[in-house]
Amino acid sequence: MKFRFSAADEAFRQEVRQFVRDNLDPALKRKVELGLRLERADYVAWYGKLEQRGWITPGWPPEHGGPGWTHLQRYIFDEETQLGGAPRIITSGINMLGPVLIAFGTAEQKARYLPAIRRSETWWGQGFSEPGSGSDLASLRTTAVREGDHYVVNGHKIWTSYAHVCEMLFCLVRTDPDAAKPQQGISFLLIDAKTPGVTIRPIRMLDGGRDLNEVFLDNVRVPVGNLVGEENKGWSYGKYLLGHERTGIAGIGGCKQQLARARRLAAAQPLGEGCLLDDPAVRERLAALETDLMALEFTSLRILSANQSVRVPGVEASILKVRGTELRQQILDLLVDIAGPWAVPFSEEAMLEGFDDESPTPEAFVAVAANALDARKASIYGGTNEVQRNVIAKVMSS
Amino acid sequence: MDFSLDEDQVALREAVRRYCERSYPLQARGDPETPDLARTHWQGLAELGVLGMPIAEEWGGGGLGATEVMLASHEFGRALGGVGFVPAVVLCGHLLGAGGEALRRRWLSALAAGESRVSFACGAAEMRGDLTRPGVVASADGDGFLLRGEKAFVLEHDDSDAVLLLARTAGRDGDETGLTLFLLEPNQAGIERHVFTTLDGRRAMRLALDGVAAPAQAVLGRPHEGHALAREGVDRALAAWCSEATGAIEALFDQTLEYIKTRRQFGSALIGFQALQHRMADLLMSLELSRSMACAAAMAVEEAPPAERRRIVDAAKVFIGKAGREAGHCAIQLHGGMGMTDECRVGHYVKRLMVLDQYFGNAADHLRRLAAI
Repeated sequence: MKFRFSAADEAFRQEVRQFVRDNLDPALKRKVELGLRLERADYVAWYGKLEQRGWITPGWPPEHGGPGWTHLQRYIFDEETQLGGAPRIITSGINMLGPVLIAFGTAEQKARYLPAIRRSETWWGQGFSEPGSGSDLASLRTTAVREGDHYVVNGHKIWTSYAHVCEMLFCLVRTDPDAAKPQQGISFLLIDAKTPGVTIRPIRMLDGGRDLNEVFLDNVRVPVGNLVGEENKGWSYGKYLLGHERTGIAGIGGCKQQLARARRLAAAQPLGEGCLLDDPAVRERLAALETDLMALEFTSLRILSANQSVRVPGVEASILKVRGTELRQQILDLLVDIAGPWAVPFSEEAMLEGFDDESPTPEAFVAVAANALDARKASIYGGTNEVQRNVIAKVMSS
Repeated sequence: MDFSLDEDQVALREAVRRYCERSYPLQARGDPETPDLARTHWQGLAELGVLGMPIAEEWGGGGLGATEVMLASHEFGRALGGVGFVPAVVLCGHLLGAGGEALRRRWLSALAAGESRVSFACGAAEMRGDLTRPGVVASADGDGFLLRGEKAFVLEHDDSDAVLLLARTAGRDGDETGLTLFLLEPNQAGIERHVFTTLDGRRAMRLALDGVAAPAQAVLGRPHEGHALAREGVDRALAAWCSEATGAIEALFDQTLEYIKTRRQFGSALIGFQALQHRMADLLMSLELSRSMACAAAMAVEEAPPAERRRIVDAAKVFIGKAGREAGHCAIQLHGGMGMTDECRVGHYVKRLMVLDQYFGNAADHLRRLAAI
């Protein structure tokens, strides 16, 4: 065991840090740090810089444009970009579809779709969940029926991030309703969002955001060439993809950045003759969360190290997902308490611009309450934390 | 000690509940009120007799106490209704009762009848529970005063006819003496108003005061001795808001239980999963303990001496603030993605609970006060 990072990893960290400093637009950095709403153009502006540097697809193999980093380098990259106030790489094309196409797609699909994903020309939406199929995803009912060279798709997808600004969708659809198990009759289809019969409706969320959508599929004709891998094997590709989705979920860099911000804001909030940070209870809460974060950080690093095992192998992603999301939620609740009165005003304008002339709230706090509300989704998406605990329980008792 | 309600109190609760069911349709709860709708609701509350509830009978009020206020507030919490009731009626109604004959004659019956709206203005430190730092200084000017400073929060009101506020007339920040309660009319010269929206879809006002003239008659109670009176009014309001929060927690419990009984995954209703049963059991326990604390706070503001009253109100604010946050987490989680949407009413209750927690100090602020005793 060695406590310090290697000289090479430290140099890599400095390289990423410097890159963020040199390339991140200060206006975008401000929006990210204040938790304001970002639009596709904001993300694309930053992704373009990463693409030029060859860093936009850290999880892809080098032959498809990945940088060929070690797991530890990917971790350092995530941490440094988040600490530096850069937008996260959130697109489903990069994080989810790319790895699936690389593993299971045809040569033609790879050539056609992967470069456009890297250049942020094509954004992809994930059509997995349905109104009646959330945690129980295998019960999904959207059907695809083969008719000549096409599948005819009918159904209703929900919670599709950014579908309203996506060019393409990847969906799990039922191709064999008579399969012995619900997981066995599912296929993985690529659908052009402009195809007649595709209707996308943004869902207004409790924090006022509109990034999630419902997708209605009404007799949508999809060329059979858009099938990924084999028919009726889609469930295994979906599982492969969700494994990728969980890798970065602990969000260490983001938690560090928010906790440092909480400490800074507590020092600037007046309390009596002094400030909130004078209160031992506030310092204790900060220290407790910093301790939890440290434990999560060392666990992430330990899991990435060679020859490491956990007591119950195979549940690493669930551990990081549950503890990472809960920690993030607690940090944001603490920020609300620090904001105190300033968490009460809310303005859509301020969520976009950082201020609203009528509202009394200082810039630092305009998005704190909305961010805390939005963070509740983290223990729901990608397999609820209840499902993750079931996964751990199932593996340990088998 | 007796927690039982008499027949009149039960009838009052039923009347407010019926009013809420009629006036606040389930699918619109938490949506912003248009100015027209806000006026209709205010008039409806007046007709129900709620606006005069704690005001003396000689001024057209009901002469009722904190128990009745608790019952009405709880119903408002369940329905996300009664916008503006607590600051106008419970807080300002109490403070105006201590005003001179002229102020009482002018404002109390008009408030009880719904003809005038009265609200309370507080600054950021006051919103954290510290009434000794009002953010407004009133300097002597002839027979009266000139007021300068800012009040960032006029809660739940954007068009009041009168605003009550604390200003420092002597001493320095941190002193309980030297604070004076004033009544101002927002259209007075020197007052700049900014209307803003709050997280729970309501409207509030920020007031900038630049040399606002207040005659001696605009003082409520005795000059320099406004703190104790304001503190009592705020404690009464906090007790009512604790009941409102408890009503909101109850609504979250009901909606979540109903949802997990109907929602099916893995071939079974969600209520069949033990992990979720335990979360609901915890929520129920929190709800019952919150109700008890809301009752205790209502009894204390009516009967207990100031120090004991404060300790119980602080404790209620801590307990119910924490319970409200946990109830919100639980309700959203058990509703899954649906609980994150604006269409589902759960989020609106969660936002109201977040806002209520911040009124005159959040749970952490009140815990700090209790720890310092």
